[in-house]
Amino acid sequence: MNDPLSPVSRALKDGAIGALIVGGLGFPVILFRADPDFNNVLALHFRWPLYFIFVGIGFVLRFVLSLWNARRAPKIEVHAAPGKKRGWLAPAGLAALVAYPLLVLALLGPLPALKWVDTFGVQILLYVLLGWGLNITVGLAGLLDLGYVAFYAVGAYAYALLAPLTGFGFWALLPACGLLAAAWGLCIGFPVLRLRGDYLAIVTLAFGEMVRIVAVNWDVVTHGEAGLFGYPGLTFFGLPFIPGPHGFDAHFGLKFAGVHKLIFLYYLILALALFANFVSIRLRRLPLGRAWEALREDEIACRALGLDTANIKLTAFALGAFFAGIAGCLFALRQGVVTPSSFTFTESATILAIVVLGGAGSQVGVAFAAALIVGSSELLRELTFLKAVFGESFDPTQYRMLLVGLAMVAMMNFRPRGLVSTRQPTILLKDGAS
Amino acid sequence: MSGPRWIKESMLRVDHLTMRFGGLTAVNDVSFSVGRGDITALIGPNGAGKTTLFNCLTGFYKPTVGRIGFSPVGALDEAKIETLTATGRKYSRDGAVYLLERMANFEIARKARVARTFQNIRLFAGMSVLENLIVAQHLVLTPASGYGFFGLIGLPSWRHAERAAVSRAEKWLDRIGLTHRADDLAGALPYGDQRRLEIARAMCGNPALLCLDEPAAGLNANESHGLAALLREIRDEGETSVLLIEHDMAVVMAISDHVVVLDYGQKIADGSPAEVRENPAVIAAYLGVEEDEAEELSGEAQP
Repeated sequence: MNDPLSPVSRALKDGAIGALIVGGLGFPVILFRADPDFNNVLALHFRWPLYFIFVGIGFVLRFVLSLWNARRAPKIEVHAAPGKKRGWLAPAGLAALVAYPLLVLALLGPLPALKWVDTFGVQILLYVLLGWGLNITVGLAGLLDLGYVAFYAVGAYAYALLAPLTGFGFWALLPACGLLAAAWGLCIGFPVLRLRGDYLAIVTLAFGEMVRIVAVNWDVVTHGEAGLFGYPGLTFFGLPFIPGPHGFDAHFGLKFAGVHKLIFLYYLILALALFANFVSIRLRRLPLGRAWEALREDEIACRALGLDTANIKLTAFALGAFFAGIAGCLFALRQGVVTPSSFTFTESATILAIVVLGGAGSQVGVAFAAALIVGSSELLRELTFLKAVFGESFDPTQYRMLLVGLAMVAMMNFRPRGLVSTRQPTILLKDGAS
Repeated sequence: MSGPRWIKESMLRVDHLTMRFGGLTAVNDVSFSVGRGDITALIGPNGAGKTTLFNCLTGFYKPTVGRIGFSPVGALDEAKIETLTATGRKYSRDGAVYLLERMANFEIARKARVARTFQNIRLFAGMSVLENLIVAQHLVLTPASGYGFFGLIGLPSWRHAERAAVSRAEKWLDRIGLTHRADDLAGALPYGDQRRLEIARAMCGNPALLCLDEPAAGLNANESHGLAALLREIRDEGETSVLLIEHDMAVVMAISDHVVVLDYGQKIADGSPAEVRENPAVIAAYLGVEEDEAEELSGEAQP
């Protein structure tokens, strides 16, 4: 090596540079704080201790990272042989998912279990379903869609509007929500057929905002920011989840508990997510799925082989949107109220982050990423013991975005192609036909 | 009728083809025919308009002026071309005659069965070698999979169709000597193998005309030799005619039945390899000298 510096002194130098950068960037942001005094005039405070703590953290992190990189740099990366079977993971995960709500109910009792089934069960599964849906558009077909939440919104509004209007139950409306969202997928698909990459991303981003702004402003139908509520809720094949003699609990001789409805919703979403998973795994091995992947690889070569790329793009948009519509319908059932503020760009960004972190195209990776991103930010709320350390005013949820950002940086550094980045071929010669 | 095969039994006829990009005329009033069962070579110095012409034939460019008549099977019927031209339709109802300049690129590959490869190889690099060959059979497999539905529920008719597609892919893997790498990523193959795989992928769609854009570029002498043998085999099987752009004169002269020479967007010669080799205009274009000088040169060369 012709590097004159030893790893430690090199790391010290990097750490100093890191501290300088943090100091420079943090100077206006962390050091100064303006608070209004009694006369409502802004008074400037200086927060020197906090400022130096951040500079110190910057130094230590950069120092450690530099040492770590120096230690592992000379190693030659060894790639695992492809086709390694990890057959136990999927069944074990599935068993855990099926057992989870009942286990929580048995361990915690009906009232505390509510939160765990709802935020950590139903909510994460909704994002898994959304992630698997977007994975078709982004991961398989390679069409960067930043307005995915629009289809989610269409599904949710479709249920909230159609349920009281038509009197149809949930089971009839679920596919209708999916199909309506898929129709919107086709609508957005047509104008963007010629676009790719950045241009496609901009147009889909605009489309996502359009749907939200229409929902805000079309008072007559959507009731604006107030949103829609009071529509029929979830029923267990006709049995409503209400206290009293006609409810689900009375019919089965159970004591009424709100968690029963959520457990049913949980299994419903689980079943639909598994259905989405089954469809995408199967489609990958069919001509349509292979055409999506070919489209992602090289659109011009696709055309030279006679593939109608317009149709292939439209199906990818429509199927991705279909699952978003179904997720939207379930979201409407979970929330009991549908407002435009649930469908902001942040939602699209979260779903896209799930797909990218999971490793575009990988089903298991997307599920893990959904649990990681949604679950970790919810877990922050549970860290109340930190108040004992940092004082009463400390609110861990404020650090959510910071942690997501750190997770992203860590991912880009250590696993730039996502949690699960190895692509399994859809067909192997030695097996013959699949 | 008399004359060479590309006139008597033509499958493709290009009439007065002109392609302009703004003020630049890349292809200027070019007319020629391609015979069924021939290997036809399109040669010319760099920038002569060969690839532009190719892109017009395969629908990636829409020609400014001109007509491209094509017949995937049977003789190219003059009268049918004329009636079709008058109607404004893209192809005749019986599927005998196609006017390629009116069709979109994927329709040309799908309906007229014209396959092509690219000068800068365009494989599906992130997919396996076998998958590349299966995607090429999309047009057959899609109806067989019931547009996805039969395949989703796993009907035996779909499995049967997929097995047939795999065995067709296997046949081509065997012919290009890549069976042992079938499950590797196409992008991980060496350059020469990628070129051969692209040809195999084009052939998996069972084309009537195979258009190759510089298939021997970047190959060593041994590989060019193998390529020439492969192209000759494809022609001799009789299903597919070949049209190729090539700079490697050894390959062109060895395998072509018919050579068309372009220079500055215009056709300067058209004939058998022997005829073209003697043509003073061709020698001038390749040596970069004036035509009368070239005539003197060729006269000296042949006492």
